[in-house]
Amino acid sequence: MTNVSYTSSGSGKNTTKIALRWGLYIMLGLFALFYLLPLFVMVTTSFKSLDEIRTGDLISLPREVTFDAWRTAWSEACTGIQCQGVRPYFWNSVMIAIPAVLISTLIGAMNGYVVAQWRFKGANLFFALMLFGCFIPFQVVLLPMARMLGLMGLAGTIPGLIFVHVIYGLGFTTLFFRNYYVSIPDELTKAAKVDGAGFFRIFWSIFLPLSLPIIVVTIIWQFTQIWNDFLFGVSFSQAGTQPVTVALNNIVNSTTGVKAYNVDMAAAIIAALPTLFVYVIAGNYFVRGLTAGSVKG
Amino acid sequence: MAPILEINNLFKNYGSVEILKDINVAIEQGDFLVLVGPSGCGKSTLLNCIAGLEPITSGEMAIGGQDMVNVSPKDRDIAMVFQSYALYPTMTVAKNITFGMKVRGIDPAIQKEKLDYVSQQLQIGPLLNRKPGQLSGGQRQRVAMGRALVRDPKLFLFDEPLSNLDAKLRVEMRTEIKALHQRLGASMVYVTHDQIEAMTLATKIVVMKGGVIQQIGTPAEIYNRPANLFVADFMGSPAMNLIPAKTRTNGQELQIEIARKDSEPIILTDTRNQNLPEDVIIGVRPEDIADATVARVGETQEADCVIDIVEPAGADTFAVMQLGGKHVTARLHAETTAVAGAAQRLAFDLGKVSYFEPETGLRLN
Repeated sequence: MTNVSYTSSGSGKNTTKIALRWGLYIMLGLFALFYLLPLFVMVTTSFKSLDEIRTGDLISLPREVTFDAWRTAWSEACTGIQCQGVRPYFWNSVMIAIPAVLISTLIGAMNGYVVAQWRFKGANLFFALMLFGCFIPFQVVLLPMARMLGLMGLAGTIPGLIFVHVIYGLGFTTLFFRNYYVSIPDELTKAAKVDGAGFFRIFWSIFLPLSLPIIVVTIIWQFTQIWNDFLFGVSFSQAGTQPVTVALNNIVNSTTGVKAYNVDMAAAIIAALPTLFVYVIAGNYFVRGLTAGSVKG
Repeated sequence: MAPILEINNLFKNYGSVEILKDINVAIEQGDFLVLVGPSGCGKSTLLNCIAGLEPITSGEMAIGGQDMVNVSPKDRDIAMVFQSYALYPTMTVAKNITFGMKVRGIDPAIQKEKLDYVSQQLQIGPLLNRKPGQLSGGQRQRVAMGRALVRDPKLFLFDEPLSNLDAKLRVEMRTEIKALHQRLGASMVYVTHDQIEAMTLATKIVVMKGGVIQQIGTPAEIYNRPANLFVADFMGSPAMNLIPAKTRTNGQELQIEIARKDSEPIILTDTRNQNLPEDVIIGVRPEDIADATVARVGETQEADCVIDIVEPAGADTFAVMQLGGKHVTARLHAETTAVAGAAQRLAFDLGKVSYFEPETGLRLN
């Protein structure tokens, strides 16, 4: 690499440079504050009592920290007629998201492996159609999917929601894995074939162990999508199988009388925590996976 | 005994594009067959067809006397070394080498025994617990060879295995492969674009161009009696001098006249060949043109030639001149007196001369 050095003519230019740099930092800082403000308000409000919210300032810190709102949101807040908080719905979301993420990732990995490494006639068309699936607006498929779930006897059930999320995640998971596997030299597959390994053996023993970085990316993506989904959750669930996003909506919208902002905020944070958690945990693995996986021959 | 590998009338198309046209090759047990040719000549495709990694469009192929056309790679009793080595990146060297045996369900004790034997043969014992990413190019090359050796197959296939190594290592590994071949007496098919690798390793060379076999023969046959202009030009470094010339039959002798730009044509006499057309291209290896002062056995004919360029190469000095409108290279002694721009008396040895038909490029003698 060539080292380009800028010769500054006099101290005037240097001062300008420093001033510009500081201006940049201040701008960036202001933007960061601006984006963080809602989160700040959410967190502080969730620790305030309702009285304090009524009398106090929106952006002031809580005078007295209380966990009441969190307790209420977790186990007592009412969603319509039931008053169990978000807890049961939170577990619904867990039971939907974990299998749906794992299944869609595994199938996506296998699809990507086939499309990238076992070229068959029409593989490109197949992949193009798969991609097309990524861009179909979900609203379009609501009615056909409802009908299909009904025929399958899965309407309003958690397996039904898992099924829906797996189907609509496949486009993206296939895309991720296909693009990753396409960069792996096909001589690797050839060598394994000569060694006597078959389709699944090559996938399990050679491709999957190579895939940690892309698995993590896919899991982050799928988990965020599925956990945060509202449309499918509200359309294909019934009382008792609703995911946490739907429960959150019900808590916020079905209260009568005084709005319990602190409970709403706490419930919203609870609903958002798992995705944050996945980012923090898996993001770390992601960086490690990138540096340790060295695919290059 | 049936040939270890026999290919008859093999054709390979991708869609409407013909990649391989009417390939016929056979090798015996212990042969080292080298497929050589420029990029895109189909040599790697042919190797993949032999391995069963590419289906063939038509033709016959047998390994060890058994028809292989519809047999999958794993049942062909072959082992293959790839250009990129294709080591499994997440497995240690030991697991890379034993993977094939593990897949085939071979007893772990035998796996261990074979691994020990191979790692000793290739001196890769200290590397067994490392991952491919931690190895140098030469070490990876050895591991890739180990993975093939451990299988003890009927036929070894090599797909340009040395082309990713630096020049020095390449020569070392070349010698090692040759030694390995002699030690094991195994049958090998080896693809390369490097004609020196082909010459040094092969017991039999197939020169290919555009999906068609140009010539099959021993290294000496290919070198001394190239079948056409392409083979003559491709094999040998520096390349064979291919000089347009006119011939005249003068009684029992054939006179060859090579035009020169600024002086009288050179007239050479050949007593061995006759009945050639008037226009020919004469092929002379650089080593068959020498300093006249250096005593040479055999019949040589001398002529004064103006040298344009002198290229000392250590062991030899190459002198380049203009003959028949072409650059002609002579391989002279290292201590030659030749100087650029001056005339030098050179001796032409026509003992191994080749004649080619200018239009078709085919050999005439």
